[in-house]
Amino acid sequence: MRAPDLLRLAAASLFRAPLRSAMMLLAMAIGVAAVVVLTSLGEGARRYVTGEFRALGTDLLIVLPGRSETTGVQPGLFAGETPRDLTLDDARALLRIPDIERIAPLVVGSAPVSSAGRSREVPIIGTNSEFLAVRNLSMGQGAFLPSGDIDRDQAVCVIGSKVRSELFPERPAVGASVRIGDRRFRVIGVLGDSGRAVGLDLQELVIIPVGSAQQVFDTESLFRILVQARDEDAMPRVRTAVLAAIKDRHQGEEDVTVITQDAVLATFERIFTALTLTLAGIASISLAVAGILIMNVMLVAVSERRHEIGLLKALGATTAQILSVFIAEASVLSTIGGVTGLVVGGAAVEMFTRIYPTFPASTPTWAVIASLVTSVVVGVFFGVVPARRAARLDPVLALAGR
Amino acid sequence: MIELEGIHRHFQVGDQLVRALDDVSLRIDGGEYVSIMGPSGSGKSTLLNVIGLLDRPTGGRYVLDGRETTSLDDDELAGVRAHKIGFIFQSFHLVPRLTAFENVELPMVLAGQLPAERRRRTEAVLGSLSLTDRAHHRPDQLSGGQRQRVAIARAMVMRPTVLLADEPTGNLDHASGAEVLDALELLNDGGITLLVVTHDDEVAARSSRHIRMRDGRVVEDVHGRGAG
Repeated sequence: MRAPDLLRLAAASLFRAPLRSAMMLLAMAIGVAAVVVLTSLGEGARRYVTGEFRALGTDLLIVLPGRSETTGVQPGLFAGETPRDLTLDDARALLRIPDIERIAPLVVGSAPVSSAGRSREVPIIGTNSEFLAVRNLSMGQGAFLPSGDIDRDQAVCVIGSKVRSELFPERPAVGASVRIGDRRFRVIGVLGDSGRAVGLDLQELVIIPVGSAQQVFDTESLFRILVQARDEDAMPRVRTAVLAAIKDRHQGEEDVTVITQDAVLATFERIFTALTLTLAGIASISLAVAGILIMNVMLVAVSERRHEIGLLKALGATTAQILSVFIAEASVLSTIGGVTGLVVGGAAVEMFTRIYPTFPASTPTWAVIASLVTSVVVGVFFGVVPARRAARLDPVLALAGR
Repeated sequence: MIELEGIHRHFQVGDQLVRALDDVSLRIDGGEYVSIMGPSGSGKSTLLNVIGLLDRPTGGRYVLDGRETTSLDDDELAGVRAHKIGFIFQSFHLVPRLTAFENVELPMVLAGQLPAERRRRTEAVLGSLSLTDRAHHRPDQLSGGQRQRVAIARAMVMRPTVLLADEPTGNLDHASGAEVLDALELLNDGGITLLVVTHDDEVAARSSRHIRMRDGRVVEDVHGRGAG
């Protein structure tokens, strides 16, 4: 039998039971669409996170207290001592290192912020004037923290746009005063909405000088120190110098961890690729379910079409031909279903990105190819059992309808 | 030419052995017109299926046009069926979703012939059975007599040497039945071997050789038109 004739016969059979064919097609389409949508979301999440990190700049080092060992026991733990805190003096010491462009110490906490009877709990960042440049933030109104010595304890603050609209719905915010914890601060600026800070909503944030933050939270230690190198080439030198400077100040103990965006990026890439693969695996379960449904319905079709199978045999069809007719039907069905699923899934992803334009959902090419190939393979695989049953039918019994 | 020698076809039903064919020997020459009669369960349909190579005998020898068939495998049997044998069934067995044209074309599709050749032969055979204007109707748009003539066209399109008809008029009224028999006899006049299984004495009477079966055996084999 010639291939076009085989396909024509298969298509004709599928049109004979349109509802049944449509159901099988739907099952396959849902399976493929699920793979497409879920992998797109996974891929989108990966791109989003890596994009956020990349936006922070590849010339950034983050110094955090405590030594994180990827292997073995923490030396501090072994010696029975806790790691030393990072202090403002440590940060100041780093300033002496050549090739460092900027340093922004960070103290992070949360405190009630109130003004004229309105109050809410807001994340507070204590830092210095360099933070604006290090994190690529922009100002909406007013000015950022004034520059100067990093431990200047000035009672000024910069607020996020949402904090502004909630605390100062009707009056101008810049120049007004707010109470943070039990201290008063003067609002000198409102943040713009551009710029990024991973894990923090810029609109819902209050930034105060690092010295003030240490007072508010009654702490000497820093959450971390952001170090911006002069350029990317200087990164390894700066990293070594930072570690040496801290070690020198901490009685020869290398008790801080310095991470770079590249290392963080690589880790997140791995995590999110694994996540996407997991999602694809979960979604492909629905492909298997679709395959089983196709097999089930094809088995019904075989018993309904006993006469036809018997007739084909009487007309001289070989066992292989009967097999190929039924496998062709299953594959035509699953291929159409697969393509439909791709279209539906693609449309869903497209719609999603219209609704959430900032989320970079995108269908990975491998997912498109894999789901299409899988749907065809599933169709053929689950078509084999019914096809074999059809091919084995005794033509005499099949024609007699017994 | 059909030669059957000591053909047995036994079925095991439960613990009982059913002898559907019990030592049947027959010789049917090319171009004969044979009717096969007998009560239900006498083995006449089984005989037709064995001759049509749909059913394998459990014993005996069957030579079709000089070729021993009992040693052929399934695919070889399918090939012989495709090229030498045409079947006609009581319930027509047309494929419902295909048009008359496509139904007639089906054996040639299975044989892998090219569309142009298929079209030429299908049109010719439909024309010879006065079905040209029905070619693009589906079976449910045809009368019973027309359906059976489409089935005859399908059986003829591969130009077989043997035409096997199992109760070809069983589902038809008298007039349509006569039409169908006329068509079959016309083919027989053209030299094809025609075997008709029937319950109907009137149908059987039109043949030139009358075989009567009972309990899996040939009990009567008479040559001559009008006998039986």
